[in-house]
Amino acid sequence: MKTRLTTGLFLILFLLAFSLPVAGQEEHGTQKEKFDASTFITEHVSNSHEWHLMTIKKRDGTEKEVAIPLPIILYYRSTGLHFFFSNKLAHGHEYKGFKMGEGEYEGRIVAVNEAGEVDTENLLLDFSMTKMVVGMLAAALIGLWLFISLSRSYKKSGISHPKGIQSFLEPVILFIRDDVVIPNIGYKHYERFMPYLLSVFFFILINNIMGLIPFPPPFGANVTGNLALTMTLALFTFLIIQISGTKGYWRHIFATPGVPVWLLPIMIPVELIGMISKPFALMIRLFANITAGHVIVISLLALIFIFDTIWVSPVSIFFVIFMDCLELLVAFLQAYVFTLLSALFISLALVEEHH
Amino acid sequence: METQTAISLASIGAGLAVIGAGLGIGRIGGSAMDAIARQPEAAGKVQLAMIISAALIEGVALFAVVVAMIK
Repeated sequence: MKTRLTTGLFLILFLLAFSLPVAGQEEHGTQKEKFDASTFITEHVSNSHEWHLMTIKKRDGTEKEVAIPLPIILYYRSTGLHFFFSNKLAHGHEYKGFKMGEGEYEGRIVAVNEAGEVDTENLLLDFSMTKMVVGMLAAALIGLWLFISLSRSYKKSGISHPKGIQSFLEPVILFIRDDVVIPNIGYKHYERFMPYLLSVFFFILINNIMGLIPFPPPFGANVTGNLALTMTLALFTFLIIQISGTKGYWRHIFATPGVPVWLLPIMIPVELIGMISKPFALMIRLFANITAGHVIVISLLALIFIFDTIWVSPVSIFFVIFMDCLELLVAFLQAYVFTLLSALFISLALVEEHH
Repeated sequence: METQTAISLASIGAGLAVIGAGLGIGRIGGSAMDAIARQPEAAGKVQLAMIISAALIEGVALFAVVVAMIK
């Protein structure tokens, strides 16, 4: 008869099982380098040109890195377009005049001439499919698959009771329409913006969730923790606001009603800064929340390696599970807040003039 | 400035930001509890507004953390 005590004991044993590989590493190794926590953490939350799976430490002390090489696509002004895989550039090798930068060019690909000097004059554009690009494309494919099958099941069965994936997605879509978009934008115009807001919500949500799952490869890429991606999403919101701004909106910025004329030289810069700072806040909020969550989880896991003993593992893994649940909440919440604020800003742009 | 000093000052800055966020979100939580206690039927709406305000304030606190991270 299973009691709570036996279930709890099973849970603890199960968690301890995760710490066995760490115990195996304690025995050998006369000279071990100190575990570098900050490099460990930054490697996991930042972008890279290859997908690093694991580093196997062999018995004789050498390390073998297991990584999936990703395509590198470069456009170099003097030699044109290049396409090759990242294993050509592994371990600091040079290939066709390119290598991974070191020192001040850490993390980027630089063009070197024969003497090994970095070429800074010619333009080098990096369009590679890095880890985050692959994760983003995988999230896009998952989203496409989910919603195309959703629309297909609607076409087949018409308006009937929801079955399968419908029953999960339909309440969420209706929630966004009825509680986020319509209260802000109103019945007249909401249909114009529903595609964008729904896409942004599910894109951010799927990417957040995929960042929380550590493996296999398309998961675990921390896509939304990339400032360039969140900047692009904020830029989309910004462009949509500007393009759909009515005359009332522009009037609010440049000639705010009810403001005496001599205050306008102060009001106009303030309004312009406000115009830019709102999407900027969207960008930073999403990036910082997701990256901070990942950093916390990885630091808790790195505790095991810092203390270098097996007995830290149950405590650490318990905290990691708790933080992961919190991260799941944050994933949903940040997607919701981004969509809500985008809807709010769009509604500000659609303000009608009323005399 | 030396890197060690910069890192320590950045950590202190991040800690200060967390104090601000903690105070703000604590006040929101407190008022939300008061509101729910006065009118339990409005609990759903109050909860929603509380979570939104908490997310926004946390956004501001994370601004400071991001600035601290760029040491």
